[in-house]
Amino acid sequence: MNGYPDWLVWGIIAALGVGTFFLRYSFLGFLGERQLPEWALRYLRYTPVAVLPGLVAPLVLWPAATGGETNPARLVAALAALGVGVATRNTLWAILAGLAGLYLSLWMVG
Amino acid sequence: MSHSAAIRAAYWRGFRHGLPFLLVIVPFGLLFGVAATKAGLDLAQVMGFSIMVIAGAAQFTALQLMGDHAPVILVLAASLAVNLRMAMYSASLTPHFGRAPTWQKALAAYFMVDQSFALAINEYETRPAMSRPEKLAYYAGACSPVCPNWYVATLAGALVGAQIPPEFALDFAVPITFLAMIGPALRTLAHVAAAAVSVIGALVLSFLPSGVGLMIAALAAMVTGAQVELWIARRKAVRQ
Repeated sequence: MNGYPDWLVWGIIAALGVGTFFLRYSFLGFLGERQLPEWALRYLRYTPVAVLPGLVAPLVLWPAATGGETNPARLVAALAALGVGVATRNTLWAILAGLAGLYLSLWMVG
Repeated sequence: MSHSAAIRAAYWRGFRHGLPFLLVIVPFGLLFGVAATKAGLDLAQVMGFSIMVIAGAAQFTALQLMGDHAPVILVLAASLAVNLRMAMYSASLTPHFGRAPTWQKALAAYFMVDQSFALAINEYETRPAMSRPEKLAYYAGACSPVCPNWYVATLAGALVGAQIPPEFALDFAVPITFLAMIGPALRTLAHVAAAAVSVIGALVLSFLPSGVGLMIAALAAMVTGAQVELWIARRKAVRQ
C-alpha cells in the first residue's frame, strides 16, 4: 500500500485486531459485572455517529476519483443512501439505493 | 426436552435467526474485499483485516485513513473509536455468560459483531429461563452463518476486485457503505446533532493533516450528542 511499508500495514492490522478483541473481551473477561458509569455510556452511545459522518463528508463533497471536484452523480448517490437509510432503518436497502442512485445518475449525466 | 436437546435447539434457533443477516454481511464483505484490493493491499493483508478484526465499520475506517496517508496513531484511534460500542456490548452480555469458562468467553468476544449481539440480547430478554449453555449455544448459532461468511465474502471481493474497471465508480462504494450505516443510526435528535457537528467539524478542519481534523470533530460530536441527550431529558422532566 502506498505510503506504508508492508510491515507497518501488518502492524496496523495486528494492533486493530488486538485492540478490538480487548474492547470485546473487556467486561466479559476482566471487568465482570461492574457497571460503566452513566456518563461514560452516554459518550459511548455517540461514538459511531461522531466518527463516521465526519469521515464520509469530505469523500462525498470532494471525491478523489474526480480530482476533488464535487460530482453530481456522487452527490445523488450519497443522498439516496442516506435518505433510504433514515427512512427504512436498513443498511442493505440504503447500500442498494446508493448504488442505484450512483449508476442512474452516472448513466444520465455521463 | 433433555439437556443436550435443549442446547441443540437453541443453537439452531440462533442459526435461523442469523441467516437473514447474510443479506447484509455478504455485500458488505464483498465491498471491503474490493475496496481494500483497490487501495493496494495484497490478498493476505485484506484477509488479515477481515479475520483479525472482523468489524466492518472499523475496517473501512482504517482503509480510508490509510488511503489518505494519515499517521498510524490516528488510523488506530479512529478505527478503535468506531469499535468502542463493542465494550458496551461486552458489558450487556456479561450477566448472561460472564461466568462461563475463559475459552468460551474469548470465543464469544472474538465473534462479537453487531448482528450476533443484537440477536442474543433480544433472545435472552424474550426467554429469560434459558440456561447459560443454552444462551451460549444460541449465540454460537447466531454467529455461525454470519462470521465465516464475512471471510468468504471478503475473499471473493478481493479476488474479483482487481478486475472491476473504473467506469463502475467503485471508489464510491466506500462512502455509500458509510452513509448506509449512518442513516439507520440517526435514531434521536441527539444522534442527528452529533452527526451534524461531526460533518461540519471535519469539513472546517480539513486543512489539518489527515485524520487530525476528524479526531477533533469526533470528540466535539460525542460531547454534543451527550449534552443534547441530557438537555432533552431535562426538558422532559420539567414538563412532567
